[in-house]
Amino acid sequence: MTTVAVPLPAPAARARRLAGTGALLRLALRRDRVLIPAWVLGLGAVVAGTGSSFEALYDTAARRAALAVSMNGNGSMRALYGPVYGDSVGGLVAWRMAGFGAVLAAVMSLLIVVRHTREEEETGRQELLCAGAVGRRAPLTAALLTALLADAALAVVIAGSLAGSGRPAAGSLALGLGIGAAGLLFAALAAVAAQLTESARLAKGLTGAVLGLAFALRAAGDAGTDNSSPLTWLSPLGWSQHLRAYAGERWWPLALFAVATALVACAAYALTARRDLGMSFLPARPGPARAPRSLSGPLGLAWRLQRTTLAGWTLGFVCAGGIFGGLAKGAADLVGGNARTREVVARMGGQQDLTDAFLATMAGLLGLVAALFAVGAVLRLHGEETAGRAEPVLAGAVGRLRWAAGHLALAFGGSAVILAFGGLALSVSYGASAGDPLGRTGPVLAAALAQAPAVWTLTGLAVLVLGLLPRAAPAVWALVGGCLALGWVGPSLDLPRWAMDLSPYSHLPKLPGTDATAAPFLWLLALSALFTAAGLVGLRRRDLC
Amino acid sequence: MTTAISPAPAIRVDGLHKSFGRTHALDGLDLRVGAGEVHGFLGPNGAGKSTTIRVLLGLLRADGGTARLLGKDPWQDAVELHRRIAYVPGDLTLWRNLSGGEVIDLYGRLRGGLDAGRRAELLERFELDPTKKGRTYSKGNRQKVALVAAFASAPEVELLILDEPTSGLDPLMEEVFQNCVAEERDRGRTVLLSSHVLSEVEALCDRVSIIRGGRTVESGTLAELRHLTRTSVVAELAGPPGGLGDLPGVHGLELRGDRVSFQVETDKLDAVLGALGASGVRSLTSTPPTLEELFLRHYQDDARGAAVAR
Repeated sequence: MTTVAVPLPAPAARARRLAGTGALLRLALRRDRVLIPAWVLGLGAVVAGTGSSFEALYDTAARRAALAVSMNGNGSMRALYGPVYGDSVGGLVAWRMAGFGAVLAAVMSLLIVVRHTREEEETGRQELLCAGAVGRRAPLTAALLTALLADAALAVVIAGSLAGSGRPAAGSLALGLGIGAAGLLFAALAAVAAQLTESARLAKGLTGAVLGLAFALRAAGDAGTDNSSPLTWLSPLGWSQHLRAYAGERWWPLALFAVATALVACAAYALTARRDLGMSFLPARPGPARAPRSLSGPLGLAWRLQRTTLAGWTLGFVCAGGIFGGLAKGAADLVGGNARTREVVARMGGQQDLTDAFLATMAGLLGLVAALFAVGAVLRLHGEETAGRAEPVLAGAVGRLRWAAGHLALAFGGSAVILAFGGLALSVSYGASAGDPLGRTGPVLAAALAQAPAVWTLTGLAVLVLGLLPRAAPAVWALVGGCLALGWVGPSLDLPRWAMDLSPYSHLPKLPGTDATAAPFLWLLALSALFTAAGLVGLRRRDLC
Repeated sequence: MTTAISPAPAIRVDGLHKSFGRTHALDGLDLRVGAGEVHGFLGPNGAGKSTTIRVLLGLLRADGGTARLLGKDPWQDAVELHRRIAYVPGDLTLWRNLSGGEVIDLYGRLRGGLDAGRRAELLERFELDPTKKGRTYSKGNRQKVALVAAFASAPEVELLILDEPTSGLDPLMEEVFQNCVAEERDRGRTVLLSSHVLSEVEALCDRVSIIRGGRTVESGTLAELRHLTRTSVVAELAGPPGGLGDLPGVHGLELRGDRVSFQVETDKLDAVLGALGASGVRSLTSTPPTLEELFLRHYQDDARGAAVAR
């Protein structure tokens, strides 16, 4: 097989290239029969919950107006959530959810598309499928249609649940469509990434990096106090907000989504037509004939397998810290003396100086995201085991614990490293904007590192599940997702204390700017050590999958 | 069960049981592999060969029975034992971004070292390019990576456990493999060879165990096993075959002109040859039972679920 010529297409030839799409689509939906409903209903419930929570918390128009004014006057809050366009309950839901919901829809869509394209090729499953009467474009089309169905379902669930609880229909539709359309655009972007890279992991990482860039552009654009800078128009997450749900809906940003999605999807099809099955555009280079000294044992192997991932995460944390740090000074723009705003900010960041509160919020955000890295590093063990790569390693003179130790060192140590780099970038960038680059380095770095015990608690939980219930290992992601959701939207929802306390992050003091006692750190460290030890005991005793 | 074995067997398994949920993968399996012998480990798909090997490697914990490897417990003493064992899985999955050479070195170092000269020689004999990345190797070439790593292992390794090691190899490489196993035997290493390539087993193995449904159904040297089955005889006779058909142990007698063909149970051969001699033999071809026939008998028994004829 070489590059495929692409002339002609008579209608019949065109139909042939899509042959089998229906069957592949049914296969994808069957495989995702739990994944897609869980995402759609989970995300729908978060949006609906946000609506009822705002309704209860801000029950008068005056209170809502005050919140809107103070939030719009606060650069850091605008960077996090975007501006408030309307001060109805719906308007507040749209403010809180348009960007956040779009991020989650994008994550769902990119996971779906990569799962049914590059991952299928990487595992070799697609080879057998494509040997059937399946057109060259069918696998990509089926994957995109799966994402389309999931995003459409998400839009319907969000619009339906909000409209059903008394919000205006037009606004509900705008919010649902804005979130779903962002998801679909990222589905197309993931389709391009799946053509460019040879591994599913890299395809997800690449699309995730684009998503991070989109968030950063929107945050930077919204951080100014004037309504919104052109930067937000460069970000699809900004487009979702520019639909202005519940605030005089503007529908034409949907056309932006349509055009961008069509262009990106066309690019994906063009790329897929020009490459062989299983291949990418990055040519495989020969490697060394002998292993370096460093690759002599399980530790060296784990380092070799995860060092690129760690480098990518470190870079991402440095960029994120740098951007957030630059925004921190805007926190001082807050319209002073508004008790409500103080309350919301304080719930997220603590009772201290508002700049510190912002820095604490950002350190907390880094902490939440660092758990994704750490849990991913632990679950590499599960991947090695199920792929059969662990077996020949363990058939060497390698005990189970030594085999696990390499990846666990990466999980625990690596998460501390990325937190340190993120915290350093946060402090230096904030210091630079305040005219004293190293002024807050110590406290802000400490604030970032103080997240580690909570990250490690989730890491320990992943080890526990891996050791005792290896088949349930992927479910650890749902636990991490739950902690992320609690940390991100929980504070504005006024959830009961016990619900917030389910997340280890709720037990951390809001650093910098508050006094910290050792107790919560010690508790979390003890819990993490307990989980890890129990998981390792289980790992030693159980059969290899 | 069979002949006496050297006093310290390399592998000694008695009444091994292992269940996965409701499936009884191993149901009282016995296995003896003498030190220094090449032992064929045969059985239909799903008979429990790989499960046994995974128990022997300490990857699975047996539910019942005992297993001793080189005098030690495969679960308790796994790490210590693995310095003395090299393993080749039937289907090796490689890390996509590690080269074949790196993986060979890694597996060797995990056991305690490689013989560098032997490694270079084996790479040449197996015609394996060690600079290619894991994802670009074909099935046969992945198998070669595992074989080179095992055959080049340092002298401390006493036992090779090979689980369908030649799947995907071409006939030339199959020959290289057989030469390598013969060299390993000459060095005094013990080899447990699970395989479906019966010609390979016949050429290499001193003794054979056949398992079925998680139990051992035959074990012994090939000569002993042959003894249990039938020899095919074709003869041209000068006179009529007389009472040949009435002799015990003669089956499927066919007479065409002066040409007679039949199968005879191998331990009844003597009497049959006497009867043939009485009729005057012009020509005689006798074909010893192949392992294939032996094997098929057990497989077919398996399909019918019948008890094993002993």
